[in-house]
Amino acid sequence: MPRVTAASAGSGLRGRNYARQYWPFLVPAGVVVFAVIVFPWIFTLYMSTQEWHTGGAITFNGLANYKRLLSDERFLWSVVRTLYFTAMAVIFPMLLGVAAAVCFHKEFPLRGLARTIFILPMMATPVAIALVWTMMFHPQLGVLNYLLTSVGLPASQWQYSPGTVIPTLVMVETWQWTPLVMLIVLGGLASLPIDPYEAARIDGASPWESFRHITLPLVWPHIMVALVIRTIDALKSLDIIFVISNGGPGTASETMNYLLYLEAFSFYDIGYASAIVVVFFLLILGISMLLFTSRKQAY
Amino acid sequence: MKPYQIRRLFGRIGFGLSVFALVSPALLVFLWMLSLSLKNELDNTAYPPVFIPSSFSLRNFIDVFEKNDFVTWDWAEIGAFGRVWFEMPWPGGYLYNSFIVTFGATFLALIFGVPAGFGIAKSKAHKAAALIMIARVTPGLSYLVPLFLMFQWLGMVGSLTPLLITHLVITVPIVVWVMIGFFEGLPNELEEAALVDGATIWQAFRYIALPLARPGIVVATILAFIFSWNNFIFGVVLAGRETRTLPVAIYNVLTFEDVNFGPLAAAALLVTLPVLLLTLLMQKEIVAGLTAGGVKGG
Repeated sequence: MPRVTAASAGSGLRGRNYARQYWPFLVPAGVVVFAVIVFPWIFTLYMSTQEWHTGGAITFNGLANYKRLLSDERFLWSVVRTLYFTAMAVIFPMLLGVAAAVCFHKEFPLRGLARTIFILPMMATPVAIALVWTMMFHPQLGVLNYLLTSVGLPASQWQYSPGTVIPTLVMVETWQWTPLVMLIVLGGLASLPIDPYEAARIDGASPWESFRHITLPLVWPHIMVALVIRTIDALKSLDIIFVISNGGPGTASETMNYLLYLEAFSFYDIGYASAIVVVFFLLILGISMLLFTSRKQAY
Repeated sequence: MKPYQIRRLFGRIGFGLSVFALVSPALLVFLWMLSLSLKNELDNTAYPPVFIPSSFSLRNFIDVFEKNDFVTWDWAEIGAFGRVWFEMPWPGGYLYNSFIVTFGATFLALIFGVPAGFGIAKSKAHKAAALIMIARVTPGLSYLVPLFLMFQWLGMVGSLTPLLITHLVITVPIVVWVMIGFFEGLPNELEEAALVDGATIWQAFRYIALPLARPGIVVATILAFIFSWNNFIFGVVLAGRETRTLPVAIYNVLTFEDVNFGPLAAAALLVTLPVLLLTLLMQKEIVAGLTAGGVKGG
């Protein structure tokens, strides 16, 4: 009898103790993560139920902030803009990133150097490159309008016109973040087996057919990971919008993240800003969940 | 030439062109930044733009150091080739601020994050890993509202400490995430042998796992450093006039002063230079780290 208990409890206990031994390693980081990450989450939830302006009295107002969100046209338009920006800032980097990964997967001279140059945009300080783009977008003196007109195209208003500001920002975002998609997909390509390709070649498949029917299905999980990461990053995009267009002209490029900044640090409406944070967070979580669950059905 | 050779030749040319098309946008922007920073203001505002200037000068870079608090120098006392002069209350200017915040946040993240990565990998604490992942997903700005209020209540606004603490939001998840992946990839046998021989878990970590994990620590350090260095929005909210980090400082040049292309491009180049150099030198490590989990902070 004791032997049975010892054996059955033993295996469970041993497993649990084994894991528990390592818990002290988590304590220091756990304290930090709680203080700067988990606590702000909880506190944000609390603040979102308060009428709270910086310097003013703090009173509980239940879900009033959330109700206000539903009827706030400025907020609703910011959601539409965020989705519009995100859709484009996901599609272009994904297409270009996969194409780039296929290119960089092949051997060619100076490949290492070409790849390093290719990933520089995502490593460079966003504010610095946003400033350079701003100078290039200058309507009169900018190099881009010169290049456009010299090949016979009309000059663009770039970030200075409500119609072109979001496509302009998408262009910079694509320039900046295509490399991350490329790196993730390239990692997938590097782990592919060689045998199916040889079999396909013997069977007379064209390069496109072997790409379509072997490469794409095998590398699909990596493409999905890249898609989820790109979508989240595009939703969160802020630095470029902040520097290049400042949400303008008017409110033409005011995304959720930018409106959140304004509400919290320009209008000092802490309660309302916290409600935006909560909705924003749920939106990000929801979209990434959706993408993760659709991962299996796609192929 | 036979037909298949011609086709192959055309294939090669097409491939070369597509690689060129992929690389050229990146190349063009960085070359244009360099060009703006080396030209005088007359060439920079010329239309059509001057691609090959009559003369290059480092004037813009010198201006950045002399006219801004980019680095606080005391030229009179130490001379033109003098060293950084520490000036109260915030010595060294924006460069100093950026260094303190980034090195501090990276160093602390390593102290906290490397053991945590080890603990999570060994005890298979998937919930802790998921928490780190969610932290990565959340927009950086959402931490700022509560943290800003806390720092106000604690009376810490206006020093570098709140910035350094907030940067942990970026660096700790990166370090933990990279280290989990790295420790999971290490063989268990060596540590188990040490444990059987009577080593404590701490000793097994300190003397066996840690030395083996050095390449992972290098990757984690580089990535944490870069994403902390690049961070902008935390500084915008938390930094006072004297505690600005470099990205915030150059952004303010754009908004509050009559902008000249040359000095602005020179400043932008100087701000991003450490990161560009790191990327060029440590390309393999950075690619390995980013491919593993697509870590990006903020």
